[in-house]
Amino acid sequence: MATLIIPTPLRKFTEGESIYTASASNVKELLVALYTSHDGIKKHLFDDEGELRSFIRVYLGDEDINELEGVNTKLEDRDEVSIIPAIAGGSK
Amino acid sequence: MSHHDITFSKEELERYSRHLIIPEFNIEGQKKLKASSVLVIGSGGLGSPLLLYLAAAGVGRIGIVDFDTVDASNLQRQVLFGVQDVGVSKAVAAEKRLSSLNPHITIEVHDTMFTVDNARELVKQYDVVADGTDNFPTRYLVNDVCVLEDKVNVYASIFRFEGQASVFNELLADGTRGPNYRDLFPSPPPPGLVPSCAEGGVIGVLPGILGSIQALEVLKVISGVGDTLSGRLFLFDATAFTTRILKIRKNKNNPLNGENPTQTELINYDQFCGIGMASEQPREVAEISVLEYDQWRKDGKEHVLIDVREPYEYGIAEMGGTLIPLATVLESTDRIPKDIPVVVQCRSGSRSATAIRELEDTHGYTNLINLKGGILDWQEAVQPELARY
Repeated sequence: MATLIIPTPLRKFTEGESIYTASASNVKELLVALYTSHDGIKKHLFDDEGELRSFIRVYLGDEDINELEGVNTKLEDRDEVSIIPAIAGGSK
Repeated sequence: MSHHDITFSKEELERYSRHLIIPEFNIEGQKKLKASSVLVIGSGGLGSPLLLYLAAAGVGRIGIVDFDTVDASNLQRQVLFGVQDVGVSKAVAAEKRLSSLNPHITIEVHDTMFTVDNARELVKQYDVVADGTDNFPTRYLVNDVCVLEDKVNVYASIFRFEGQASVFNELLADGTRGPNYRDLFPSPPPPGLVPSCAEGGVIGVLPGILGSIQALEVLKVISGVGDTLSGRLFLFDATAFTTRILKIRKNKNNPLNGENPTQTELINYDQFCGIGMASEQPREVAEISVLEYDQWRKDGKEHVLIDVREPYEYGIAEMGGTLIPLATVLESTDRIPKDIPVVVQCRSGSRSATAIRELEDTHGYTNLINLKGGILDWQEAVQPELARY
């Protein structure tokens, strides 16, 4: 099972859970498993062309998947994948 | 001024003695701080600890950009300010507090918005920039102006219980610049997808932690001591108390300084972030001002008031409406009459307008009227004894 860390802005789609686990052989499978089991989250991850959104990054461990094989990056048991969102809060 | 020409008075030597006795930092590091200048953009949640620590540590010249005034709801986390500052310009109040904290430094007040028109001129005057802003357009503006003007941008951002920090565009040993915000997030989320602190809330201590990390990184950038967060993204989740550090790589498609730069000037950042675009404008709904509505109540005019906020907001302040949170209005139509006027109300008038549109579209309502400005305007004009939030 691979672990996916859900960032705060997306937890409203996961009943507040910060961690999602599923069996997946690559990053794409893990993200698809997440959005097929959680309504409303897909459009926050992928655009209409099926590309990852420009305001999120996906990491395997501490490395951006774009430095690996993108969404086709292979996953092993106990791998940790993170979705990193752009957030802007700070002042007001 | 080169830091080699810097001297210290007896008072300064005593004040900074705990820096001076750190072997790696010593008087050389302190001279660099005194010779340096930092522009802090935003003096709110992040800016408060950032400014306090930079001033206390002896950064020679600190600029503050903020156009806002201190509000009572700021005091939960903006530790730079006190009750006596409510209603006062943040930049002016900050200057007063910091000058009393450290009279050996210069504080420069820029009581203005940070905009495309003044960004380059302001940033040029300082060595390092620290971004304590609270919205995407200004964050992209800060990033872009720092890249165009070759300045380091010490970054932090927060959302509810989660924080991020990094150091962008740092000058590296090989003469190149480290990654910047555009390498991480080429473009922002559309408006409304990520709520602001005012809508989403923020736990008071979190900006204190992230703003302190920013101050630390500013001191490291200036002194050259240690390894900064350049090329790394620090993440903190306060609920689970987890921290992570991820690598940030340069993106060859970065429009500012990638392989084929396409952007050599600042752009319209509201447009870039999709704010105020024609297609985003929702349909207008019927409105009533708080003064007109007050007259309705005085005249005993028959109507129903529906409050579409959340129960925890109702607990802070309410004006006698029936509580039906926005998410549940469509399934609560049995409680919303069609035969008499129904005034719909929220905090500022935005959610109530959404509720009206949804009810009109799906259930054919024609008697719904939005309370313009919501309970905030009502509090201001009619019921000053209510709490603002």
